[in-house]
Amino acid sequence: MKSELDINPYGVVAEFSDDKQVLNAAHKAREAGYTIMEAYSPVPVHGLDEALGRKRSILPYLVLLGGLTGCIGGFFMQTWMSHIDYPWNIGGRPSFSWPAFIPVTFELTILCSALTTVIGMFSLNGLPRPHHPIFNTPNFDRSAIDHYFLCIEAKDPKYDEEEVIKFLQELGPEAVTPITDA
Amino acid sequence: MSTEDVKRDPEGKEPFISGHTLGSVSHKIGDVTTLPMKKLPKFWYGGILIGITLVQLLFLAVYTLIVKGTGIWGLNVPVAWGFAIINFVWWIGIGHAGTLISAILFLFRQDWRMSIARFAEAMTLFAVVCAGLFPLLHVGRPWMVYWLFPYPNTMGMWPQFRSPLLWDVFAVSTYATVSILFWYTGLVPDLATMRAKAKDLWIKKIYHGMSLGWTGAARHWHRYEIAYLLLAGLSTPLVLSVHSIVSLDFAVSVEPGWHTTVFPPYFVAGAIFAGFAMVLTFMIPVRSIFGFKDLLTDRHLDNMCKVMLFSGLIVAYGYLMEVFFMWYSGSPFERFAEVNRFFGPYHNQYWALILCNVLVPQLLWAPKVRQNPLIIFIICQFISVGMWLERFVIVIISLHRDFLTSSWRQYAGTEWDWMMYIGTMGLFLTLVFIFIRTLPIIAIFEMRELVHKSHDDDHGHDDHQEESE
Repeated sequence: MKSELDINPYGVVAEFSDDKQVLNAAHKAREAGYTIMEAYSPVPVHGLDEALGRKRSILPYLVLLGGLTGCIGGFFMQTWMSHIDYPWNIGGRPSFSWPAFIPVTFELTILCSALTTVIGMFSLNGLPRPHHPIFNTPNFDRSAIDHYFLCIEAKDPKYDEEEVIKFLQELGPEAVTPITDA
Repeated sequence: MSTEDVKRDPEGKEPFISGHTLGSVSHKIGDVTTLPMKKLPKFWYGGILIGITLVQLLFLAVYTLIVKGTGIWGLNVPVAWGFAIINFVWWIGIGHAGTLISAILFLFRQDWRMSIARFAEAMTLFAVVCAGLFPLLHVGRPWMVYWLFPYPNTMGMWPQFRSPLLWDVFAVSTYATVSILFWYTGLVPDLATMRAKAKDLWIKKIYHGMSLGWTGAARHWHRYEIAYLLLAGLSTPLVLSVHSIVSLDFAVSVEPGWHTTVFPPYFVAGAIFAGFAMVLTFMIPVRSIFGFKDLLTDRHLDNMCKVMLFSGLIVAYGYLMEVFFMWYSGSPFERFAEVNRFFGPYHNQYWALILCNVLVPQLLWAPKVRQNPLIIFIICQFISVGMWLERFVIVIISLHRDFLTSSWRQYAGTEWDWMMYIGTMGLFLTLVFIFIRTLPIIAIFEMRELVHKSHDDDHGHDDHQEESE
């Protein structure tokens, strides 16, 4: 059990029933100067990420890197194995028969790219993560069904609990709750 | 939903589902998995009972095979590829519809795919599991199967990278891995929904663990959407390559009846054809029993039938070209293989194949047929049988009479061959019914997106006014 002293405020969460409201709230919060915040939604809401002031993910570049690794690595693996380490003479054909190496090269390109995509996406997202303070929000279950949540976090330099609550309450939420990180 | 509501709109602009909200789709689909055991329909109990019963046959067949060896199968020389290869190709083909629906139709922005994608992807996985068993056991000593992979060993040898059989190892294992990744990635937000819906604490914890702690944060969704698009983009060439490589197992050899360039495209089309037939076989009963007719509408069936008809026509074209080039090649062995196919000892199988795969599917031209689930279901059974016969024709008829007359021999599957084949059907059924019970069979978050989108379209005009004010 954590003692009272270890428990810090995590932020203030506003619950909305409509995606327009949460989008609007994110824009307003940014205009008001808040920077460290996160929105939670049951569907990807387009424009929300921009409203929260984020850049595009680097994921596609990682995948390109993974794919190139699979492609080049796969091709050289086959070349080394069949041409350098253990060349076979099959009917006098050249041991560096590169066209025959293409199918496996292709498959390994796809395999490495797909693994990078999924592992990269989850690790950039910090998942798997068994517990997250946002789960302390009452009614947060509905974020996976039909409600939208906006959390202004305590790490924000402008954070002041009273003011944030007051600010969020003006945006037409269903509820506004301060939550702790434990 | 009454029949008037699902009338087809000629412009295809109406949303595929109507009358739902984010909450109602989430609950409707999720409820199947949270239903108490006693309230599950008899259909589910019947299905899993048949499945588990047939799996016993599989256990028996595999046990006997391992104890006694592949001699219990009907294999001989020259027909060294019997049921194992027929069934392998049949199952792997069935899997292809899932990837087609989840990847290719996603790239083409076909919203109707959303209702069927999850189920079809799950079928892909289960079909690949069934398919994988056959080559695994066909090697005779399945515990040595790691020899197929290039690993440093004391013999200092490497696999033969110029062999299509080795390409197949890489293609099928990549396909299995990517299918699992794609399926699981799609499941994660739905597992979070299941966590939210579950009442029992332990079930909640299990779903939570499986969802990897998904919160639905905007930055997560952002990367998630990129990842999903990338996976779709990667799976599209993959799915085309897998059955192409399977077809090269045949086409690269010089066997009369196999040595043809039409094989890769016509195998891929055949895979889609068989896969859609299998998806429909399960979708038609499932949607009526679990009351999903508003999510899996008659329009979905209609679209799937059109895909089936189209891929069926490519298959028919493949048969025609095969026959034409056997004649046109001028090779006496090819020409003999052709005559032997039409009038030889296995001519019944060939003409049954033409009936099942070429003639019967032509009924799908009629819109009335495409609106009758019962007739569609029956046609799908013909196609499944037809696709099995297609592989029988390719494998057995080509092999049993090749170049050397003295080595001609007849082939027939033994009871162990049949037991194993039927056993894998049981395995497939069992896995499908476990899946129906434990995981959402329709992608909930995608349905939410669809509802969300259609609501946006409805209100698009008002929003514009609000913004301008």
